Amino acid sequence: MKPRQSSFWKVFAIPLGIGVLSAAGLFAALLGDGGWDSLSWVGLGVPAVIGVWGLFKRRG
Amino acid sequence: MSEGWKMKSKTIRRWSFIHTWTSLICTVFLLLLALTGLPLVFHHEIDHLLGNEPQLAHMPADTPQLNLEQLVAKAQAHRPGEAMQYLAWDEDDANGVIAIMAATAGTEPNSSHTFMLDARTGDAVEMPSANGGFTLFLLRLHVDMFAGLPGKLLLAFMGILFVVAIISGTVLYLPFMRRLKFATVRQDKSTRLRWLDLHNLLGVVTLTWALVVGVTGVISACADLIIAAWREDSLSAMIEPYKYAPPLSQRAPASELLTIAAKAAPGMQPDFIAFPGTRFSSEHHYAVFMKGSTHLTSHLLTPVLIDASTLAVTAIAERPWYMDAMGMSQPLHFGDYGGMPMKILWAVLDVLTIIVLGSGVYLWIVRRKT
Repeated sequence: MKPRQSSFWKVFAIPLGIGVLSAAGLFAALLGDGGWDSLSWVGLGVPAVIGVWGLFKRRG
Repeated sequence: MSEGWKMKSKTIRRWSFIHTWTSLICTVFLLLLALTGLPLVFHHEIDHLLGNEPQLAHMPADTPQLNLEQLVAKAQAHRPGEAMQYLAWDEDDANGVIAIMAATAGTEPNSSHTFMLDARTGDAVEMPSANGGFTLFLLRLHVDMFAGLPGKLLLAFMGILFVVAIISGTVLYLPFMRRLKFATVRQDKSTRLRWLDLHNLLGVVTLTWALVVGVTGVISACADLIIAAWREDSLSAMIEPYKYAPPLSQRAPASELLTIAAKAAPGMQPDFIAFPGTRFSSEHHYAVFMKGSTHLTSHLLTPVLIDASTLAVTAIAERPWYMDAMGMSQPLHFGDYGGMPMKILWAVLDVLTIIVLGSGVYLWIVRRKT
């Protein structure tokens, strides 16, 4: 059981972190303006930036 | 290979089958939704640029407002012979009252006419963006593909397939990425591998956002059913005593509705008023929909039912959970609750989703050829 578990975390640790950040971002702006909005920009900005970065990474 | 590994590869094949077919079936529709949704994120800005947003006259800040019945009279003079369906308050301009009228109170929403009243003068200002034009055309494509309820339900079903595709894709992410570091994009092996890696990367980073927008889209697509359930469930019990009442002959003036509703639901703000005979009220009632005064609860609406001939409060409706779910789905689907930066992020994540959809189709075609 152990090796499988470790491979689960190896693969999903970062995606899970991004998922939690996105969820926090989606929720934060529902709670208020100003600081809450900025929090949501960070939370949703992380997946957006990583995605765009992956897309435009130099070949080779 | 051990027995356990064989089971594993069978499981992978099963998930792969689910992922392939749920995605392929929904992809065309999801592309339509993502492509029309992209400009809709900015519909406010687009309507403004096109000059389709109403603009009220400049007047001194302390100019008094007309009362609601005076506004109703002005609206009826503007569109004689039509019935008032709804009055709502504009979010941007405190003097803007949005009026929705149609041939009869029960007329379906797409045949209604929406315009704005200046609350100070009662002057009608047309709202071209609410009745036609580019963004409304996109919205209809996005909401029901001009096919009414069957269109909405088809898109809701496609949304469910999309959610299943996301979940199965996440399960498959594990075997594909077992030997790879996060965000690996193999550039030099083959075009197929590069796009497989990008599909995995973009898919997994947009996962949460796409799930939330997908699920809230499905909920919004079921709005007609949700409203029908509310009428069936909640509203019909409240108006039970009116079951055999004669039809409403004389509508009492609307002037004091907000005062009455504020007294019945203290600490809440009016969102819109449904006039008697619409699908948000009964034949014998005004329904003043009150929203909470905090940021979060401003999306949750509590209707106050007011007898349309005596102006007595009949009931303050409980909010069934599905109405709350529908209320919360709207901001979470539109992305309009965190200013312009959020809209831009919404657009970026939408484009990334389009790339995930496109690369998914590409990977399927390439695999078929080999």
